[in-house]
Amino acid sequence: MAANRHAAHADHAPAPVGGNLFNAATLVCGVLIAIMIAILAVRFVFGLGAVTNLNDGYPWGIWVVVDVVIGSAFACGGFSVAMLVYIFNKGQYHPLVRPALLASLFGYTLAGVGVIFDLGRWWNFWHIFAPGYANPNSVMFEVAVCISAYIVVMWLEFSPAFFEKWGMKDAKRKLNKVLFFLVALGTVLPMMHQSSLGTLIVVMGVQINPLWQTKLIPLLFLLTAIVIGYGVVLFESCVASSAYRRKIELHLLEPLAKIMLGMLAVFLVVRFGDLVVRGALPLAFKGNVAALAFWVETVCFVAPFAIIGSATARRNPAKLFLAGTAIMLGGIFMRINAFLIGYDTGVGVDPGWSYFPSVPELMVTIGMFAVEVLGYIIITRRFPVLPREETQAAH
Amino acid sequence: MSTRRNFLKGVVAASGAAVAATAVTVSPAAARETKQRPPEALGLLYDATLCVGCKACVAACKQVNDNPAEFSTLDQLWDTPLDTSAHTFNLIKMYRSGTMETKDAEENGYAFMKTSCMHCADPSCVSACPVSAMTKNPENGIVEYNADACIGCRYCVAACPFGIPKYEYDSPTGKIGKCELCRHRHKDGHYSACAEVCPTGATLFGRTEDLLAEAKRRLSLKAGDLAVFPRGRLRHGQERILAGGEDGKGERRRQGWRDEPDQSYEAVVGNYQQHVYGEKEYGGTQVLKLSGVPFEKVGMPNLPPEAAAAHSESIQHMLYGGLVMPFAVLGAMTYIAKRNVVADDEDEKGENRDGR
Repeated sequence: MAANRHAAHADHAPAPVGGNLFNAATLVCGVLIAIMIAILAVRFVFGLGAVTNLNDGYPWGIWVVVDVVIGSAFACGGFSVAMLVYIFNKGQYHPLVRPALLASLFGYTLAGVGVIFDLGRWWNFWHIFAPGYANPNSVMFEVAVCISAYIVVMWLEFSPAFFEKWGMKDAKRKLNKVLFFLVALGTVLPMMHQSSLGTLIVVMGVQINPLWQTKLIPLLFLLTAIVIGYGVVLFESCVASSAYRRKIELHLLEPLAKIMLGMLAVFLVVRFGDLVVRGALPLAFKGNVAALAFWVETVCFVAPFAIIGSATARRNPAKLFLAGTAIMLGGIFMRINAFLIGYDTGVGVDPGWSYFPSVPELMVTIGMFAVEVLGYIIITRRFPVLPREETQAAH
Repeated sequence: MSTRRNFLKGVVAASGAAVAATAVTVSPAAARETKQRPPEALGLLYDATLCVGCKACVAACKQVNDNPAEFSTLDQLWDTPLDTSAHTFNLIKMYRSGTMETKDAEENGYAFMKTSCMHCADPSCVSACPVSAMTKNPENGIVEYNADACIGCRYCVAACPFGIPKYEYDSPTGKIGKCELCRHRHKDGHYSACAEVCPTGATLFGRTEDLLAEAKRRLSLKAGDLAVFPRGRLRHGQERILAGGEDGKGERRRQGWRDEPDQSYEAVVGNYQQHVYGEKEYGGTQVLKLSGVPFEKVGMPNLPPEAAAAHSESIQHMLYGGLVMPFAVLGAMTYIAKRNVVADDEDEKGENRDGR
């Protein structure tokens, strides 16, 4: 172990992984992306109803809840790691910054693009930023402005990777001078919109099950976004090292996992404290879908303590991977529960609305994920993102 | 080890600050109060005990808003929508129980209920809309929709507790459709078509203040007695009798509306639930309702007196009011980051410092 740690420390500067861009993985991504484009063509010519199962009882489906709300939470790796390195001054995690930032960059940029697919009157989208149209009282206004700003900040934060590749030393030096401010913005902006993504449901009032409708929902969304950020880093590090046959950065992941558990504990205390104080906890023991969904979500958030509670377990890559996956699933369920399972409009007036995503709807979400994976592969193979390794067996 | 302890302290402090910040949003001092109806608010009073379910209001609404018929039956002979939609702004729904013998009885009875925009004092849709496409008229309080501003995000659809704004999913340029109290007809002296055509006065148009007084008068009457009920628009003459005289103010208020003969008539007083729906729900609505059957059973949700919009905006204003919090946090983060960010070339040093 000690030798590993030493090696990684000695030479951790980011370098391109190299290798062929045409392989089974990139081909599958290409096909999925082509399918998505075809479906989107139909959507833009015939309307949302032609490809989605959206209806007036469920006006928001997976394009909002998965592509944007969950997608951006999954993209919090960059924010969580940057905060650790630069705000809490844990410099040893520096090798994780660039890969995490890259995943975040894709997650957020695609969330921003994905919103356009879902907007019924997309050609007016600029109204959100235009004085005279913009409504600062709207939670969605805050989310939109903040996410847009963050996407720009992240591209700037990541730009040294491009500058290094293209030998733009001057540009890199200039950027390095203001990097500290970009880093600060890059922590404040996600704090703002990740919490606001939760606040989105507050105005929906009694239509949201009290298991999720709480004034603390912004805090719950923020805490889980940070935890998910670490979970995604665990997940990604394991996947990247197995896919590129690289050494796994266990000396970093072990303490990172411990920090993640600490944040997760804070979240669970706030989550259950709030449920008890509001008297909403009995709803979790009703025999209905919402109660079941609540427990599925909660089990996912508690599972990491069982999986990687001990230091020995945290040195096991398979268990780190499992724990990261559990956190991500918890984040998925919490957001789907708050926005879809726990949402019931009309309260008995309606003709019984229901929603389950259609196949084309799912294919668009999958296609967006494929764009992300393809982009990650291309950039890590061609640009200096992942820490340099002595033996590169990436093919 | 000491760095880790400091780090954990930092995490606890940051979480504590976040908890405190959110907790303050809940305190009344920082809260955005629920808004009240403007004094000249216009609205409707729907009295389910007077409604005979003829649906003249549904047909008139379709006609004046240029909306197409919608079908729910195999033979597409006439307009048969099952719910309001982007093309159906007003609908009469039916409550049925057991043998359906008695009108307005909860057990073994039937009843009608109108579904259309309630024109809330503090509308969720207006608070939700990021581009001011949903706005509340400051004078008459009508919740108005502007398709030219709308981005089609459907947050208003999700936000409304009455399920009123509806979207056209079958159109590439889909708009939101909802009742706007026939504001496009006001300039010609016409008021809401549903009230104009209602043969029994079950739907009455007027100033919400007057309609509320009329609703309370009805609740004070004895069930089964005969009483006078206005039809069409609740007018100044009746208002003076009901509210005890307001010295000619009504004359001014009537200005602009077309002259109509008094259409009041005598009818039997219904067996009301002692509750004016819309008087206090979510801070009050401009459309008020009376019913013989409990409101939850006829699809009117049980809403608290504080509007969800007030909760939502309290959180927003607390966190972002004057951008004080974001800039304070940004300042702190910038200070810390300035100390901790090392240029990439100097990484080796930073690494050595932290190497354990």
